[in-house]
Amino acid sequence: MTSSRTDPAPGARATGRPAPAAGAPARAREGRGSRRHRWDARWSPYAFIAPFFCFFAAFGLFPLLYTGWASLHRVSLHDPAHMEWVGLRNFSRLLEDDFFWNALRNTFTIGVLSTVPQLLMALGLAHLLNYKLRGSTFFRVAVLTPYATSVAAATLVFGMLFGRDYGMINWGLGLVGIDHIDWENGTWTSQLAVSAIVIWRWTGYNALIYLAAMQAVPHDLYESAALDGASRRQQFVHVTLPSLRPTILFTVVVSTIGATQLFGEPLLFGGSQTGGGSHQYQTLGLYLYEQGWFDFQLGRASAIAWAMFLILIAIGLLNWLVARRLNKTH
Amino acid sequence: MRTIGKTPGTGKRTPRPARRHRFVGAGLAAVLSAGLLAGCAEDGGSSANADGKTTLSVGVFGVFGYKQAGLYDEYEKKHPGIRIQENSTERNENYYPALLNHLSANSGLSDIQAVEVDNISEVARLHADKFVDMAKEDGVDKSDWLGWKWNQAKAPGGQVVGLGTDIGPMGVCYRKDLFQKAGLPTGREEVGRLWQGDWSKYVETGETYMKKAPKGTAFMDGAAGLYNGSVASYPTKYYSAGGKLVYKKSKAVRASWDLAMRAVEGRMTGRLKQFDKEWDQAYANGTFASVICPPWMLGYIKEKAGDKGADKWDVAAAPKPANWGGSFLTVPKRGKHAEEALKLAKWLTAPKQQAKLFRKQGSFPSARAAYALPEVKDATHAYFGDAPIGKIFSRAAEGIPTVPLGPKDQTVKTTISDIGILQVEQQGKSPEEGWNAAVKKIDDVVED
Repeated sequence: MTSSRTDPAPGARATGRPAPAAGAPARAREGRGSRRHRWDARWSPYAFIAPFFCFFAAFGLFPLLYTGWASLHRVSLHDPAHMEWVGLRNFSRLLEDDFFWNALRNTFTIGVLSTVPQLLMALGLAHLLNYKLRGSTFFRVAVLTPYATSVAAATLVFGMLFGRDYGMINWGLGLVGIDHIDWENGTWTSQLAVSAIVIWRWTGYNALIYLAAMQAVPHDLYESAALDGASRRQQFVHVTLPSLRPTILFTVVVSTIGATQLFGEPLLFGGSQTGGGSHQYQTLGLYLYEQGWFDFQLGRASAIAWAMFLILIAIGLLNWLVARRLNKTH
Repeated sequence: MRTIGKTPGTGKRTPRPARRHRFVGAGLAAVLSAGLLAGCAEDGGSSANADGKTTLSVGVFGVFGYKQAGLYDEYEKKHPGIRIQENSTERNENYYPALLNHLSANSGLSDIQAVEVDNISEVARLHADKFVDMAKEDGVDKSDWLGWKWNQAKAPGGQVVGLGTDIGPMGVCYRKDLFQKAGLPTGREEVGRLWQGDWSKYVETGETYMKKAPKGTAFMDGAAGLYNGSVASYPTKYYSAGGKLVYKKSKAVRASWDLAMRAVEGRMTGRLKQFDKEWDQAYANGTFASVICPPWMLGYIKEKAGDKGADKWDVAAAPKPANWGGSFLTVPKRGKHAEEALKLAKWLTAPKQQAKLFRKQGSFPSARAAYALPEVKDATHAYFGDAPIGKIFSRAAEGIPTVPLGPKDQTVKTTISDIGILQVEQQGKSPEEGWNAAVKKIDDVVED
């Protein structure tokens, strides 16, 4: 957005050619060439972005609108082509649907349990990586490896770690004399376990984003802080953190969106769409999946999808407000 | 962000080479996207190939074993004009919704589609007109199959949408070593007599076992397995003969639920959910003494219990005959080669082929005539102490009741097991809380 201000207008750029001084034929050629050039300059950017928008229309916009249409109908997976108009019934029943509120609550608590420690740890990691280290590239690649691991593989391993009878965590707890914990069957314990998978996978990714932002902080700021007698810690709090504010906001938004859509980890953790015997770690994404693909209620599932979409829009608006506020105080 | 914006405006550009690149780039992008879109639209159906062979596609879930048992090869050899291609989806919960989608779109169907028993009633009720009616086909003899199996695929209008493949008559797999330590008999005849005719005797045996149970072991894997075995042995479970959902008042459900609760309260279950990784690990560690098992589970037990469990397992008759699982082969009318596909389906489900499949893959035949064939009659299982599994399971198969099925059988069953029983058994809720939670979920699903 800000870049357009510093750019000259596209038209001005297109005329940046040698002045026409030669004879008429040369000028004609020159004219044709420039027309083509203008045409090119004007339209090829559109050609470049067209594939994305074509795909977005086919696989993003259309499903979105179609889902909205389906959410106003009773649609069964048995016969998706047959729709029966029910108006806003699917939405109004969500209001009194305990399973929905439970899923919303779980999504929120798992979101907080996973996002907050994740970002704090990422900040700390980034700070450490920002020091001059031997083999810094190695460490930077290493923190990114969990991100490159598939959800399925990670969840499988974590599922085994958190096992009740033969899990390694319980074995470790047993060594220090703590009784076995039935991770999956407790509400908090299962949500902690699911959060642990999310934290493990995304901390490194966020750390690298923070690291990149930290390296863009001008050095003289630190120098003058040091001259003023600020300790390392004070430098971090008073120089690094304020400079990182836009980046932190960005990671918060991205992680919040990710947390709202959380699906793979809770599904694979217990291996079922119910999210535990009491739905104790069923997230909105999982509930949507259960309603659509196990209970065969596509209309209801579409309504949940739209509810999630609206929640994300609300989060986006909130972000925009906060960002505006931040810019003003700057 | 800001630094990037500066570059294009500064400096002189040399337009020509760059431009050509850009045109090529745009063209490439267009071609790529067109190709991708075209790729999506391509249909995976069957066709006559260039070499004049007809390719029949068979859609299955999991491992049906036809390929592994060499049945496709055998059929291709007998019919040189036919080539068979199997499309397998690993899990039925992914396979079935896709099948429904293809049915309602009337495209993308394989020439033969397998359907699981939990879904067959739904398919018969909603899509009977889209399948070849087996009841009217020449060369399909109803009496080849067990009566109850044949009837499961029958639509309300009388059409029969599929031919039975395998079934799952239940037995009880048990560990001789643990039974002995707990002072119970170990011979399979004697063990079977302990609970013959009554599921509650199985729970009573559990009570006896728990009195002298070897440390760290339970009598059975989990209460849901017991519930599943018991409820399937009644002539009606979730639906009345008229097709109404009556699970709340069903005697079968009530009695089986109470039994499961008794098992939980007697602490004789290993508090395991079947097919969870913990369940697998418990086999390897030998922490429960018995599990209610259809023939298709024997291979699973052998794999999970491994060499450590060799010579320890055996299999006895279940208290009452009951079925768990099994499938059907259907032939969609719209298929390009419906006639050839029907021939293949008939051949694959004929007694001789079913017997062969049992021999190689352990899928128990639903064709009654197969029980007299040596592959079944003389079958024993080495891992289970050479138990005569052919005889044990055929006896159970003959006695299985014809249970009226309904569209939501599977939902009701898994909700009672995975919500209701699991809450009581693993989360320490009261039986009443568990039951109410299950009912609430089921009501939510079936509500219109």
